[in-house]
Amino acid sequence: MALKNIRDQFPALDQKVYGKPLVYLDNAATAQRPSSVLQLQKSLGESANANIHRAVHKLASDATEAYENTREYVRQYLNAQYSSEIVFTSGATASINLVAYSFGEAFVGEGDEIIVSVAEHHSNIVPWQLLCERKGAILKVLDIEKNGVLSPGSLEKLISERTKIVAICHISNVLGLVNPVRELAAVCHKHGVPVLVDGAQGIVHSKVDVQELGCDFYAFSGHKIYAATGTGVLYGKKDLLDAMPPFMGGGEMIESVSFSGTTYAKAPTKFEAGTQNFNSIPTLVPALEFAKAAETDPSITEFVYRKLTEDERITLYGTGLENKIPLFSFAVKGAHHEDLALIMDKMGIALRSGQMCAEPLMDRLGVTGFLRASFAPYNTMEEAKYFIECLNKAIGMLI
Amino acid sequence: MTNMTLEEKKQQVIEDFSMYEEWLDKYEYLIELGKALEPFPESEKTEERLIKGCQSRVWLLSEIRDGKIYFKADSDAIITKGIISLLIDVYSGHTPAEIAEDDFSFVAQIGLKDNLSPTRANGLVSMIETIKKIAGQAGNDGK
Repeated sequence: MALKNIRDQFPALDQKVYGKPLVYLDNAATAQRPSSVLQLQKSLGESANANIHRAVHKLASDATEAYENTREYVRQYLNAQYSSEIVFTSGATASINLVAYSFGEAFVGEGDEIIVSVAEHHSNIVPWQLLCERKGAILKVLDIEKNGVLSPGSLEKLISERTKIVAICHISNVLGLVNPVRELAAVCHKHGVPVLVDGAQGIVHSKVDVQELGCDFYAFSGHKIYAATGTGVLYGKKDLLDAMPPFMGGGEMIESVSFSGTTYAKAPTKFEAGTQNFNSIPTLVPALEFAKAAETDPSITEFVYRKLTEDERITLYGTGLENKIPLFSFAVKGAHHEDLALIMDKMGIALRSGQMCAEPLMDRLGVTGFLRASFAPYNTMEEAKYFIECLNKAIGMLI
Repeated sequence: MTNMTLEEKKQQVIEDFSMYEEWLDKYEYLIELGKALEPFPESEKTEERLIKGCQSRVWLLSEIRDGKIYFKADSDAIITKGIISLLIDVYSGHTPAEIAEDDFSFVAQIGLKDNLSPTRANGLVSMIETIKKIAGQAGNDGK
């Protein structure tokens, strides 16, 4: 797809901020949405707005069809075995909380261990901490290696017969490095331990085949991969989902309800209590269609990587081009990340600054925060060059 | 600005700010203010002097002399330091009652609040609230 054609699909890119053309480099937080996604959401709202799985009328049937077709589409996209392994949620955070609660209820007891990595987003730490508090379980932390990635060897040493689940990121939202998930999952399985993969960044920057990766759970958000906000996916292996109790009660998750005892529907419905986000979930289809066809120009990744690593004032965290996604977290000696972000905002550049929802990793790296630039397929080399130029100007203003 | 009334000081800041049309120039000005701020003793940078709600760290210290409050502040981010410098320059040397009664609307008039993202605007609001709280407490202590 030619870049011009790609950009034309994203109306949000064609605007000015403070009189300057918008250069949107906060894609790892939220990606912009293509017209196909925006239009689908609008048209569903206009012509198929009805609660799903309930009524027999035409609108309800259309809405249900759009919703369930999306499930089948996502199954194919992830190469899951069954569409019942695809649970819709409001986002990766909700997906992980669901597993931490339901898996925890079924399988985690006092003195059991759960492993997360130091490079996790808070969303893949706090749900497990809550579970540990509830059950008296112990949270163990897998460190990153010198090169910033997680190592199967270190996991092997940390895993024990008390380990009940391992929860790790496919790609860290700070370091932007692809972890060897397949090898990490193999270590888990050798010990009979399931593994949850936080794919919030992974789904955007790699081809995900859950069977090939060997993960037991894979969680991601729609809004980071061009879909509507409030959409999310949890892939879970059938036998595990079947063995897990419901997370929330109410709505469509029941089989029958009575005061003498309620029985629950099968997965995935068991985990989809209440009215679902039926106008938005179907946007996953055009969003993933776009994601499949578009890729950030590798020469942009190389250019930005080179510029940031060759500048002595700058420390880039997450180095090594071979498994790097176009996401760059860095610190500038003598210039605060907040100042840089404020100044560059006024130059039209949207960046992230701060702790990136990964405080433990900030502590591990010994920093109080970063500046982060994350690119998407609609970003151009001109924008990358403008970003470097503005970064230099901003640094010049500050030191 | 020591001999000016609170009102005069605020007008002065509004005037100074109106000279800059471009946001980058306003930032340049705030950076200058930040750099010129009187050094803040490292030993005073304690947890309880940290203002909560800012993305960067901001410390605020106050003392009362002759019934008037004098502030000292610091931040690890220079633009924030410029902003707090501007605030303490305006409010230092005034009585707790004067500060507690002030509506801080001059901050909106120089456009600082509107042009900061909500998280950063919250930081500014936190700074203002902390100054007000200090003035309120000092006022009560003096009664």
